[in-house]
Amino acid sequence: MPNRISIRIDGELVQAERGQTIFEAAQSNNKFIPGLCQFKGLSTVGACRLCVVEVQGVNRLLPSCTTPAQDGMAVITKSARLNDYRRQSLELLFAEKNHVCAVCVSNNHCELQAYAQRLGVTNVRYAYRYPKLHVDMSHPRFVIDHNRCVLCTRCVRVCNEVEGAYVWGVAGRGIGSRIACEMDRAWGNSASCTNCGKCVQVCPTGALAEKGFAAEEMVKRQDLVERLATIRGTMNPGGPR
Amino acid sequence: MKNQPKARLATAWLDGCSGCHMSLLDVDELLLTLADRVTIVFGPLVDAQHFPENVDVAIVEGAVSSQDDLRLAQTIRENSKFVIALGDCAVTSNVPSMRNSIAPTRLLERIYISGATAQPGVPTQNVPALLRAAIPLHEAIKVDLHVPGCPPSAAAIAHVLTELLEGRKPDVASAAKFG
Ligand code: SF4
Ligand code: SF4
Ligand code: SF4
Repeated sequence: MPNRISIRIDGELVQAERGQTIFEAAQSNNKFIPGLCQFKGLSTVGACRLCVVEVQGVNRLLPSCTTPAQDGMAVITKSARLNDYRRQSLELLFAEKNHVCAVCVSNNHCELQAYAQRLGVTNVRYAYRYPKLHVDMSHPRFVIDHNRCVLCTRCVRVCNEVEGAYVWGVAGRGIGSRIACEMDRAWGNSASCTNCGKCVQVCPTGALAEKGFAAEEMVKRQDLVERLATIRGTMNPGGPR
Repeated sequence: MKNQPKARLATAWLDGCSGCHMSLLDVDELLLTLADRVTIVFGPLVDAQHFPENVDVAIVEGAVSSQDDLRLAQTIRENSKFVIALGDCAVTSNVPSMRNSIAPTRLLERIYISGATAQPGVPTQNVPALLRAAIPLHEAIKVDLHVPGCPPSAAAIAHVLTELLEGRKPDVASAAKFG
């Protein structure tokens, strides 16, 4: 079987590698698809719904980060309808937790905030929930602020797949879901955290941060983790899924 | 231009820090154009005591947090053709909303009774009752344009006002962001 396939992205015929997802195929052809939960080198979960695309012949929208590209496929990555759904997903993320950008460590360096601007979200049409959520400061170097978490699970995956420490998981169901440390203990009491900081660096928002930073000061270094994660993917193709 | 009737502009300060009004005053030379083409009929920048009728554009800063805020917001809507939510407090309820997971009675008792060092007691005279939650303006009244930012940049405000003076609906998506 040839390793190259041809797909059409927004009308343009491009080449992709067999086994690539639509998201990866678009990325390797310099076509932009937004994505919050996707992180280069980590497994994919399709949690954030920002990367939805239209595929010719399929009625519903498909998450491009979990849908394999297939020879002859025709994909639309930009349309008014897609923009509408992507905006709705972003607005729901804002309404679900307590995002107060003005006083957030990640203000101006946040992927959620940047996507809101890029996709033209100037207000949230859904009623805010204002849930009462915890800020865990027990770790000596890092903080997890559940008010800012979008449940992308990048932290869970980087800790499992790259660091191999398996500290994070998701507890609860539905709207009550939250990131939890081991069997729901305080992060500072973790038996397996190596203090590597990878989860902090890949977190797209201000939910995970280093201690000692004030509003606007937390700038993440994603390039290093991305490199480690990609090397791991090359050494161990497919990786743990 | 000279004989064109001036547009009637109102501004209002609900539960916010006045930073958005500061940013409004920061539009530099646009203030001169505004002085020519606009009359400010209400707000912290002028003396009027009551929100007037027939307002063309109302710019609202701050979240809706108290009974007074709610009443003023409703009057603003009734008397204005175009209502702008200016800044994150009006758009998202922002910092004022950080009290929303605590019931107002508990909040007031914590601050004015258990937290008081002198004269404990929740003030009731000359202060409006708090709403259960501080809400964004569009959850209280219909809003025609949202301009996020804490505060929105002077450039974003200048863009909005210039477009409105030209009779166009401003597109703020590229000029304004949360935070
Ligand atoms: S995490 Fe991002 S979107 Fe949320 S409050 Fe912080 S800067 Fe704003
Ligand atoms: S610091 Fe490293 S080991 Fe600890 S939870 Fe984060 S990724 Fe896992
Ligand atoms: S803490 Fe950060 S990385 Fe982890 S799920 Fe929440 S937003 Fe994603």
